[in-house]
Amino acid sequence: MCEEGPVTTVTLEERVLARNDRQAQANRDLLAARRIRAVNLMSSPGSGKTTLLERTVRELRRPVAVIEGDQRTPLDAERIRAAGAPVTQINTGAGCHLDAAMTRRALDELAPAPGSLLFVENVGNLICPSLFDLGEDARVVIVSVTEGADKPLKYPYMFAVADLVVINKTDLLPYVDFDVDTCRRHITAVNPRAAILTVSATRGDGLPAWYAWLTTMIG
Amino acid sequence: MHELAIAENIVDTVCARAAGRPVRRVTVRIGALTAVLPDAMRLCWDLAATGTAAHGAALDLDLRPATVFCRSCRTDRRLPDMIPLCPCGSADVTVTTGRELHIVSMEVA
Repeated sequence: MCEEGPVTTVTLEERVLARNDRQAQANRDLLAARRIRAVNLMSSPGSGKTTLLERTVRELRRPVAVIEGDQRTPLDAERIRAAGAPVTQINTGAGCHLDAAMTRRALDELAPAPGSLLFVENVGNLICPSLFDLGEDARVVIVSVTEGADKPLKYPYMFAVADLVVINKTDLLPYVDFDVDTCRRHITAVNPRAAILTVSATRGDGLPAWYAWLTTMIG
Repeated sequence: MHELAIAENIVDTVCARAAGRPVRRVTVRIGALTAVLPDAMRLCWDLAATGTAAHGAALDLDLRPATVFCRSCRTDRRLPDMIPLCPCGSADVTVTTGRELHIVSMEVA
């Protein structure tokens, strides 16, 4: 048995995620020094993150680099590479989100060209990634019309951190019970400052507005 | 289960500050707007602390509700959910509590 000596209380008042936040700031400084703008792309699995990125790589007239996060497989990285962008895949194994240290290791490997636009495609998950700053300039959350218009209310933490919410798969609207205006209202209720775009990444509807948003964000 | 990553962050921080002394108790403040689940935190705590200087340390959670200051009714109001809207109907609010995620203190032997 251990001996019970005098117990001292130490006041810490330190942010729990201070280490991640410090690393995120270091990432942000590194990116700024290379004039790279970074977007953290988050959504549930299957909402169309990779499809939107494939199309963006092909159509946005500026250099794009991608960090792909998935629990397993290099499948998404292969799709992005085929679309023509340099890419690094992070496989988190059991992990449900990317953090700033993983992002830094991927950044060092990827070494995006100065002046390029970097997308970090987070692990498909509407909960955990919302807490972890990666050093990005903007957070984009995708919700697809097959998921239901109430998603922003069910997963408010994620929608609360978004700079932009993209409502994807609008080509499927005739086949699903999804009211775009209701979804917009729910997004605004949780996050009044979030911009909202509706797109079909497969058919191309609404993509000029997405490219315009990116161009404005890049500055 | 991001609570495991968060518990590991807490263990790393307190062990570094304890500088080899055994940690007996850690107090963490969690706001209702942070997406950190108290039950999941307690579950992950022992797992993260095992084999470290915080092995066996108690985890006290200081849970903070979500509150806003409403500029329309000039009062602090508690939020029933994540929606930053005063019960009076105004959206002209500033979140005053609920975003905390702090290691408050620790007891070391």
